Amino acid sequence: MSRSVPEIVSGEMFTVFDAPAVLAIDPILEGDLLWTPLIIVLVKVLVIFVLGLVGTMLMVWFERKVVSGMQNRVGPNKAGPFGLLQTLADGIKLFFKEDLLPNRADRVVFRLAPFLAFVPAFLVWSVIPLGGDFSQNADGTFNDGTVTIFGEVTRLQLADPPVGILLVLALSSIAVYGIMLAGWASGSKYPLLGSVRATAQMISYEAALGLSLAAVLLSSRTLSTSGIVFTQQRFVDWNLVTTGLLPFFVFVIATTAELNRPPFDLVEAEQELVGGFNTEYSSIRFALFFLAEFMNVITMSGVMVTLFLGGPQGLFDIPLIPGWLEGTLWFLVKLLAFLYMYVWFRATLPRLRYDQLMDFGWKVLIPVSLGWFLLLAALREFAADDQVASFRVIGISLIIGGISLALFVAALNVSRKNRERSVVLPSAEPPVTTSKGAN
Amino acid sequence: MTTTFLEYLVFFAAAAMVLGGAIGVITMRNPVHAALGLVMTLFGVAVQFVAQEAHFLAAVQVIVYAGAIVVLFLFVIMLLGVDNAMDLSIEPIRVQRPLAGVMSVGLVALVTAAIVKADDSAVLQPGAGLDVAGAPPTQGASGELNFVAGGGHDSNIRQLATNLYGDHVFAFELTSVLLVVAVAGTVVLTRKWPRHLAERPIGDDAGDVVDGATDNGGAG
Repeated sequence: MSRSVPEIVSGEMFTVFDAPAVLAIDPILEGDLLWTPLIIVLVKVLVIFVLGLVGTMLMVWFERKVVSGMQNRVGPNKAGPFGLLQTLADGIKLFFKEDLLPNRADRVVFRLAPFLAFVPAFLVWSVIPLGGDFSQNADGTFNDGTVTIFGEVTRLQLADPPVGILLVLALSSIAVYGIMLAGWASGSKYPLLGSVRATAQMISYEAALGLSLAAVLLSSRTLSTSGIVFTQQRFVDWNLVTTGLLPFFVFVIATTAELNRPPFDLVEAEQELVGGFNTEYSSIRFALFFLAEFMNVITMSGVMVTLFLGGPQGLFDIPLIPGWLEGTLWFLVKLLAFLYMYVWFRATLPRLRYDQLMDFGWKVLIPVSLGWFLLLAALREFAADDQVASFRVIGISLIIGGISLALFVAALNVSRKNRERSVVLPSAEPPVTTSKGAN
Repeated sequence: MTTTFLEYLVFFAAAAMVLGGAIGVITMRNPVHAALGLVMTLFGVAVQFVAQEAHFLAAVQVIVYAGAIVVLFLFVIMLLGVDNAMDLSIEPIRVQRPLAGVMSVGLVALVTAAIVKADDSAVLQPGAGLDVAGAPPTQGASGELNFVAGGGHDSNIRQLATNLYGDHVFAFELTSVLLVVAVAGTVVLTRKWPRHLAERPIGDDAGDVVDGATDNGGAG
């Protein structure tokens, strides 16, 4: 497992790097830049790009087909076999539509916003391990996920930066800009309301997302995505198990809210907001938002597979299939399970009310994931391999958790009483300040 | 080590982003455009962090500053509708502009002094001071993982953590207490107390928060 680590010669004035520091994120870039590695990297970029687009196309078809199945309809069935090319047809139609720019729109920002939504959605793909050889060797050790292509050792992922998973968080926080600015730049009320909702929702749930992610990082002890996959070798090592299920559920819920998928799709609640932040968009700019939305569903599913379900790590050896392909197969199976889950959510769950959404995010998800993270940290610190000590830690944690919960409920009660008092009392008095109100 | 062409390219591109964004922040008329200029500056700084091998700082820079703080700015700008209702020629605080001038002169002097001083000292290479090199986790006989203490793929983060939560834990906690106090203070100060509880009478703004926000938003 040789990695491209810059070698620091201590005591001397200079440092020797194998390759320019910026590029040292893939074993293939070790040594001088030659043609073969360069072409392999370019092919990887191309594959990721095409995979993203085709995957999105298939995802839209999959969603429409599954939802219609659940609603006892046929769904798209005219364009291509099983209606597979329906999305392509819709895409072509969108490209040829008239591109409108509203009169009161902010021209620059209105044009910029779709790209701010679209580019981060694509970039997340680059850090997700899409496959690799993680099978067990005869001597009991596990392969580290590298494969050999044309004599070059590389990973089936575009880049493996040291901050891996933080990059995903950073990109998802940039994606907020796309939605926010789209609504603002439209110069219209409903898009603005939609984007204000979206921003509040995404910022709120990002905290729960980060806290449940912290539990995974605690168990994997690395930020690099390939490292996180590497530490989940057997089923008992999967972060789903090692973090005790709860962070997984919090992460799934928070991701659903981040993606603005049902039941958290208040951003584009059709009945209230026309179409949400993208009401004023048409043609290719609308297509970019649409593409980004569905691509985000796939990439975030990939992130969840990587974080909690071992990514390309398999449960057992599939016979007859070479090791390098096996990882990709496992990854695809797990990815499909998550995609189906999202479609299922959409088909069955009713939309939350805005205050329910905020209450759930701030008062349930964030405290629960924070408490769970503290418990995991305490167990790791004070009772690494000790049964008795771990019971003691759990006992103390339960007491502390109970006290915190009681305080929390008391605080909520006090604030509710205050709120009720401030709402009821002014209306009981006759309005006296009407003269100042007219301005 | 000689600086490669690539490193020059990265540095100057990022520096152009930082400076361009900074100029944008103070020259743009529209507050949203100014905030976007700020985002560009923050991204430029993040790129410089990556070029210096401080990957973690770069990620945190984007997540915290670009992802949370500027989003909050934009949120407030959009929600309150200051973008088309604010007249920049009116000065809410009189001494603001001269004070800003004094501050910026002081800042430029400090940075210049730091650069002049750094010119005499030994040249720091990218990643120096942060133990970038280290071993990834190794496998034991039956495939279990052994993590190398202090080293590893992301030792950069480990060192930062030891620094923050070990050596400077008191200052760190003090900062967090300060932030909590600030949040609590903001909530208390901006709260609209019911009339019989308030010490001084509140004007006509009690209870019409939502109306006020939408009115301003559609004013221009």
